[in-house]
Amino acid sequence: MANQFIHQEYLVAGNNFNSAGSASEAVKSTLKKMGVASSDIRRVAIAMYEGEINMVIHAGGGIALVDIYYDKINILLNDKGKGIADLEKAMQPGYSTAPEEVQRLGFGAGMGLPNMKKYADVFDIQSEVGVGTTVKMTIYFG
Amino acid sequence: MNKERSLTRILTDKALHTVNLDPEKCRGCVTCMRRCPTEAIRVRNGKASVDYDRCIGCGECVRLCTHNAKLPSHDSWDTLEDFKYKIVLPPPSLYGQFNNLDNIDIVLSALLELGFDEVYEVGLAAEYVSSVTKIMLDRKEVKSPVISTACPAILELIMMKYHNLQDNLLPVLAPVDVAAKLARERAIAKGIPAEDIGVYFISPCPAKVFALKMGIGVNKPYVDRVLSVADAYMRLVPVMNNLKNTKSLTKMCATGLRWGVSRGEANAIFHEKTIAADGVENCVKILEAVEDGSLDDIEFIELNACTAGCVGGVMNVENPFVARGRLYQLARKMSTGVNHLTDVGKSKEYFTWEASPMVKDVFVLDEDRFTAMNKLMEMENVFSKLPQVDCGLCGAPSCRAFAEDLASGVIPADTKCPRLEEEKNQ
Repeated sequence: MANQFIHQEYLVAGNNFNSAGSASEAVKSTLKKMGVASSDIRRVAIAMYEGEINMVIHAGGGIALVDIYYDKINILLNDKGKGIADLEKAMQPGYSTAPEEVQRLGFGAGMGLPNMKKYADVFDIQSEVGVGTTVKMTIYFG
Repeated sequence: MNKERSLTRILTDKALHTVNLDPEKCRGCVTCMRRCPTEAIRVRNGKASVDYDRCIGCGECVRLCTHNAKLPSHDSWDTLEDFKYKIVLPPPSLYGQFNNLDNIDIVLSALLELGFDEVYEVGLAAEYVSSVTKIMLDRKEVKSPVISTACPAILELIMMKYHNLQDNLLPVLAPVDVAAKLARERAIAKGIPAEDIGVYFISPCPAKVFALKMGIGVNKPYVDRVLSVADAYMRLVPVMNNLKNTKSLTKMCATGLRWGVSRGEANAIFHEKTIAADGVENCVKILEAVEDGSLDDIEFIELNACTAGCVGGVMNVENPFVARGRLYQLARKMSTGVNHLTDVGKSKEYFTWEASPMVKDVFVLDEDRFTAMNKLMEMENVFSKLPQVDCGLCGAPSCRAFAEDLASGVIPADTKCPRLEEEKNQ
């Protein structure tokens, strides 16, 4: 029973700011139907949304694979974008490589990855220049 | 009725106080069902039926129904007989209904001619609410971004679906409650026996009818009867046209008047980083964004379920945009100042919530999370086999909603998708 999970997949379209947040919205809706505590839903929402918006801005889109268990959620974000050259730098709050026009739009403040790490209980990022980036997050429900 | 959902049935009298169906007129089309923001409507046996646990009273179904089958609930004008001493509370949106109105006193004086003993402008109370809001924002007493609670449909939506955002809610009474509270006290101070006093609000929307009947944020309702703007309009026009003397009654400034349109509330607090969204679908987008943390730099968010703000309420008579234009025009002729809290001699606490509204778990599929998960998995299983065109033929607003109704037992487990059945038979 405890090993059962709900699997969801979302395609995140690149350069489409209108649809950014729709995967987060769908996941939130599922968690609300499950009766997960609102504070946990908020952590999932922020981590998921930051991940989505990252893929939109930097990677030309990607996929989000979500497994929802009784007591946790596993989120895997995968893109075939340009990759991150310096992961250590990218994890620093305020560091941003977002194009200027995107920063003017109010995105790309350099808080995406740090926020994902902050709100996820388990955070792992793998990236290779020219290949893409994979982020794995787990959030436990209190 | 689903067993679980009936357990969570909290407010049974919502059926009396939001919208009702005229079954004679309902053709069972999918218009209202498709657009209900909380998916509260299903078409059963050829008629639209509302799950009142999920109804936020926004009036969207009333607005959209092409057969006039949806009726917003409110008290009839006959209820003026119910009390000896009648106080009427006209909302700012009311003034947008009249053509060529250049003086608010004409409306207020006409209300007295119609049999009310006293008027208290909701727009005046709104200015006090703005002052209190500004103080709370200046002192950062509420978590940012602070979300307005003046629109009861939005407040109800948050209580149902956005439990995350409870701490962001502005814990201040709605202007109508403040007006009712102050007006009643003033009448009692004059020596009118409390039991003789009846406070009547003229409402632009069913959400306010419901909120005032239930008493949201207050210990017990301050308003006794809720009339509709349309009913008041029909009676006011002939009286206004033949008004002999206009009394000097209005105290409201342009600031209070502008509360009748979207942005009126946000502009009145003089903070820079504010958002005002109107139309329930737009408000939902903002609430989702607040949850996602993408609006953390915003100080204040005003949300109105109706397009253009309260002038867009379904119990008005005039087109929302025409009414909005008139309010702007009228505001230009009025004092640009604002009535201050010191004028009423009340502390800030007088204006804040007496009781916090309760969250409602109407969207949880089951109290037991394992059972809820099983239902969700069943739902995904059903959904994957559906045409996913959201035609509404089955009586649910979307294929996903149909799958959820099946999995959660709202409809019998052997219910078939009519579209798939049709294809099979061809």
